[in-house]
Amino acid sequence: MKIEVTVNGEHQSYDVEPRMLLVHFLRDVVGLTGTHVGCETSLCGACSVMLNGDAVKSCTVLAVQANGAEITTIEGLAQNGELHPIQEGFWECHGLQCGFCTPGMIIAAHQLLERNPKPSEADIRRGIEGNLCRCTGYQHIVDAVQYASKKMTT
Amino acid sequence: MPVSKSVGARIKRREDPRLIQGLAHYVDDIKLPNLLHVAILRSPYAHARINGINTDAAQNLSGVKSVVTGDDVKDVIGGIPCAATDPEGFPGIKVPHHPVLATGKVRFVGEPVAAVAATDAYIAQDALDLIEVDYEPLDAINSAEAAFADGAPVIHEDWDDNMAFTWSIAGGDVDAAFAEADHVVSQRIDHQRLVPNPMETRGVVAQYLPGKDQLNLWSSTQIPHLLRTQISVMLSMAENHVRVIAPEVGGGFGCKLNVYAEEALLGHMAKYLGQPVKWIEGRRENFLHTIHGRDQTGDVELAVKDDGTILGLNYTVTADVGAYYQLLTPAIPTLTGLMLCGSYTFKNVQMNLKAAFTNKMATDAYRGAGRPEATYLIERMIDVVAHDLDLDPLAVRRKNFIGKDAFPYETGTALAYDSGDYTAALDKALKIADYEALREQQAELREEGRYLGIGFSTYVEICGMGPSAAMPAGGWESSTVRVDPTGKVTVLTGVSPHGQGQETTFAQLIADGLGVDIDDIRIIHGDTDAVQYGIGTFGSRATAVGGTAMVHAMGKVKDKVVDIAAHLLESNPQDIVIEDGKYCVQGAPESGLTLGEIAMVAHVGVELPEGTEPGLAESHFFEPPNFTYPFGTHIAVVEVDADTGEVEIERYIAVDDCGNIINPLIVEGQVHGGIAQGVGQALYEEAIYDESGQMITGSFMDYALPKAHNFPRFELANTVTPSPVNPMGVKGVGEAGTIGSTPAIANAVIDALKPFGVRHIDLPLRPEKLWKLMQET
Repeated sequence: MKIEVTVNGEHQSYDVEPRMLLVHFLRDVVGLTGTHVGCETSLCGACSVMLNGDAVKSCTVLAVQANGAEITTIEGLAQNGELHPIQEGFWECHGLQCGFCTPGMIIAAHQLLERNPKPSEADIRRGIEGNLCRCTGYQHIVDAVQYASKKMTT
Repeated sequence: MPVSKSVGARIKRREDPRLIQGLAHYVDDIKLPNLLHVAILRSPYAHARINGINTDAAQNLSGVKSVVTGDDVKDVIGGIPCAATDPEGFPGIKVPHHPVLATGKVRFVGEPVAAVAATDAYIAQDALDLIEVDYEPLDAINSAEAAFADGAPVIHEDWDDNMAFTWSIAGGDVDAAFAEADHVVSQRIDHQRLVPNPMETRGVVAQYLPGKDQLNLWSSTQIPHLLRTQISVMLSMAENHVRVIAPEVGGGFGCKLNVYAEEALLGHMAKYLGQPVKWIEGRRENFLHTIHGRDQTGDVELAVKDDGTILGLNYTVTADVGAYYQLLTPAIPTLTGLMLCGSYTFKNVQMNLKAAFTNKMATDAYRGAGRPEATYLIERMIDVVAHDLDLDPLAVRRKNFIGKDAFPYETGTALAYDSGDYTAALDKALKIADYEALREQQAELREEGRYLGIGFSTYVEICGMGPSAAMPAGGWESSTVRVDPTGKVTVLTGVSPHGQGQETTFAQLIADGLGVDIDDIRIIHGDTDAVQYGIGTFGSRATAVGGTAMVHAMGKVKDKVVDIAAHLLESNPQDIVIEDGKYCVQGAPESGLTLGEIAMVAHVGVELPEGTEPGLAESHFFEPPNFTYPFGTHIAVVEVDADTGEVEIERYIAVDDCGNIINPLIVEGQVHGGIAQGVGQALYEEAIYDESGQMITGSFMDYALPKAHNFPRFELANTVTPSPVNPMGVKGVGEAGTIGSTPAIANAVIDALKPFGVRHIDLPLRPEKLWKLMQET
């Protein structure tokens, strides 16, 4: 099937199998590496991307459902060589170890801060509950989101 | 080691820019021309005979290149190796053949039966549905108890029963200790089966280059060199024609310290198909066929005096090790035995282990690997002693602590604890917790029908693995440090970091040691064609052993640099110092030379001191003289909801002593993550197989990994007792949090339920279990 999507600002048309998942489309057709498959069941959040402004788990969206959509992946956050404040926060606060959950976690944080620019610690912990991290114990991730919140609202 | 400009500083990680921008390359990001995708057909039965396999329909599916079964590969791929089968250590051990694809019989759900290679991953999955396997189901065994029962079906028919191996350890005089005791305190303790669950599952890409007879194998592994050796044996290839690459690895926690069927299978398929192949493990497959942890059940008895002095310990335990051995399966419970004395002075100790084959995935090293069992057991039992004798759990701990002047201290299990000050860590944690106030708060809340609990864990663990004499496959580590002609420094390390941050911490050590900018240093790991043989990353060893190897190699480089500098400056080596990034005669930095200038001289080879070899690269293989023994005190404060049984962690205080600290930011991260995993074990996680051997907790829906809102903000502090085992005085910190936290949480929950007369509850402490207990009493 023919679909047209805008990925990280680039509009293009593609021919995809109807059953192809969005995450595989992004990885294998568009050729990006940042969106990861962690569980294929929407439970871990490693595959989170922004689809028309909403964070979605791209392992349970079909590529054809994204026809006409605007998608932002982790690769689309930094602008003109400048890290996004959330990326900066993860780096400054040691918000990652193995890094596998990190792109999805950053996308989830992005959604959270769009909806609630000054979240409390409890808001952050609840806001990222759809994303699993096995390395960090989450505390430095919370710090990273707080860092970004502060930077984005001052 | 003094805090200088880099070591000891909270330096943000050099690994992170690629990881936070999605630019890192994990195994699934390796793309090769003509790549075929492999899917594995796995047994749906826990125990069954295979009477036949028909692959015709799968073979005929458009896009399928090949279907292989156990019969196709049994003569060309050797068995999956186990490195811990010495009958002297494990009397009567049975070592079953462990095929990469089942032949004749399947022995656990998830066991590989056939593999499909196709042009597309979706087609490979489609083809699995077309393979017809004629299974004859057999009765399954889902516990060690069932395995040892009379008339139990035998899993490996080369033998008469399911006894896998036995193991025992004894120190001191246990009989005398129990004869002298005022009390014998007993408890059955279960260590439930856990699934490591790194966020990146396993994955393999294999490519065969016929012109060179070379196999390139990318695998998400913690041990690239050990894997290379084993793959070359399994595939009968010369080891120097096999290259293993561990690319970015998305967490391991011990489960990637192994050699798996798919690694050899894909190597074989790449060679015989003449095309590269890729297999990426699904999460369901990861639950079923990547090693599990723990799964011991035992009876522990403590010989105790009236005043709480512990005289001895006797532990009789069974381990459910699953259907086959993986790389280190039998070795794991031996670490439990070694650490049974914990932080305490008793030396009369005995453990007798029987291990059972069952129809489950193998157990092996999962974060802590045998030591969490020991620590949970002794720390839990201290509280049971306090309960039975009506003593304060802290008083029992203090009564039995090894004193700070007793180090090096020989345990009843013949270990030599390197250094420690257990009281200092406990006192510091109590101060942070404001312990007296917590007890008052607990009493007040109880009046209101609210159940606050305070739990302790005053753990010690064994790290820096380890002296080779005590390891199944080498315990040393290697490094090469080389300075390029332009002064850039390249480090090759035999360890294989996958989240622990050694690209940063190792560079900190080099920056200070050689006087170079940290940005001029590159740490290379995980490629067996680039790096000299190494052992890998596990057992909290990467910095304590691998870092030490690097520091020694760096020292050799520095000696040569100083010799050359002295020669060029017409001075003596002992007068050369590093000032402002220049090697100079003390007090004369203006005439000094940069590392780059000296390196260029070393490479041009004309102005060298007489007898000095050109070039600037040195290697070191470090054999540690001992393990290291980190320790600390963790305090958990929890509230159990009387209406729901839910546990809320109110506070978590951790005072850890991992010796000297190179990067506090990274150490904090390790401790945080470790605590979270130990809390998972205490409260949420359990791998459950039903009576037919089906795993009923095989997804993140059914197997609860901790989430962000399950935790309060951890309150961390350190004491610093340097280790004498290595020149940096470091101990290792990768597993401390996991080992320390499980008993702290368990003791806190049980303390909370003291008004209900609760003495012990097995993990995990899920709400329904606690709620029922509160209803019953």
